[in-house]
Amino acid sequence: MSTLAVYRLDSSSGRMSMATPNAGNAADAGRFEQTVMPHLDAAYNLARWLVRNTHDAEDVVQEACLRAFRFFGGFQGGDARPWLLKIVRNTSYSFLEKNRPAALGEEFDERVHGQDAPPPNVEATMVRNVESRMLREALEELPVGFREVLVLRELEGLSYKEIAELVGIPIGTVMSSLARGRERLREALLRARAKEGTRGL
Amino acid sequence: MVCDDNARFLHGYLDGELDLVRSLEIEEHLKTCPDCSQELWNQQTMRKAFRSSSLYERAPAALADRIRASIAREATADVAATAEDASAKKATIVSMTPTPLSSKRAAWNWLAVAAAVLLMFTVTWRVVPGLSGRGNSDLLTEEIVSSHIRSLQPDHLFDVKSTDQHTVKPWFNGKLDFSPPVRDLAEDGYPLVGGRLDYVDHRAVAALVYQRQQHLINVFVWPEGKETGEPKRMKSVQGYNMIAWEANGMYHCAVSDLNSRELEQFTELLRK
Repeated sequence: MSTLAVYRLDSSSGRMSMATPNAGNAADAGRFEQTVMPHLDAAYNLARWLVRNTHDAEDVVQEACLRAFRFFGGFQGGDARPWLLKIVRNTSYSFLEKNRPAALGEEFDERVHGQDAPPPNVEATMVRNVESRMLREALEELPVGFREVLVLRELEGLSYKEIAELVGIPIGTVMSSLARGRERLREALLRARAKEGTRGL
Repeated sequence: MVCDDNARFLHGYLDGELDLVRSLEIEEHLKTCPDCSQELWNQQTMRKAFRSSSLYERAPAALADRIRASIAREATADVAATAEDASAKKATIVSMTPTPLSSKRAAWNWLAVAAAVLLMFTVTWRVVPGLSGRGNSDLLTEEIVSSHIRSLQPDHLFDVKSTDQHTVKPWFNGKLDFSPPVRDLAEDGYPLVGGRLDYVDHRAVAALVYQRQQHLINVFVWPEGKETGEPKRMKSVQGYNMIAWEANGMYHCAVSDLNSRELEQFTELLRK
């Protein structure tokens, strides 16, 4: 029963288990409002870029916030934004696994895409006057693994360390994923320029 | 196009994530490598495009309201579930059933939210004493005695086993949103033996474990919102003695099967 539930330590990590549900109450709701709700835009931005649909993003964020509230006892203080974003990310991936498994199957293998022939000359690789619309389309088309590190870095302004912790990868991998993601983004922008003919980037 | 060795680090440089030595190396390299300079320029242009773009998606205003409403429902449902558990616990104690209290609380069914609200009305009289007047809160008393009993079951007593207050106190760092006062009273015959996290009164609390000969004493500590200045209170429940007091904004409750005189002495030492 909830009043007797004892918070047990996770012996392997030495931390209070995130899976331990919080017996939320009105006082927690007040603290949650102050600590977590200010990061709602960040939560929505990440969900929106991961699931690529406004309606689904709203559902994902609502579900994530409810989970965050239940696990609020596991929040160890400090900046609530990365903590909330991690829950949003997990919720988004669960949503994609269930509803859009194809979106997770998108190519994210560096070896396959790293072998693209380089553009023929320096001028052809110049990126100029990137329009918001083109950037949006190019980012939407990136595989989810690249898209998420770019969103966390360029839109959310998180550090490599925060991204590494959030996504669960080493810091070095954050840097290579950003390098590859940006390269892919530039390639997509250049393709868009080629498609639109004379309109230079 | 771009030197393989430096391509990756160029991004670390762009993001200001490199250490000084590596940054200087990259700057040296950029002076002599037009390809990498070009690449850096490209990336800076893309970054500017991100910064000036409208790509950041802000949450619709209605979403915040929806979330607040669902959290309010969750909080309400939880209080109702707690009250239901409390009445079940009362029944258990009255019937003197020796079986351990088992988990009755199943996952809350969302479809039952309406039922929960109804339940709230019928059980409010039980909840109110638990939420307000601490001094005569039967619910809190039972909760603490139950936690004490549970802690005596095998492998439930410690999360950190140490007689050193300088080991036990830091152990709580990062696990609680407060730092409990930890003192070893070994010289007075009440050695500290360890501590653990526990859950009482809807929150994570510190439980400090002391020993007096063969008797164990649990001291539950958590911050009290306000300084009520209430005097020390003593109680005896199911053969266990309890002494509760407030000090330095913290609520303390010592519980043990130790006789009341010695428990009194122990709490006096702790309060010094």
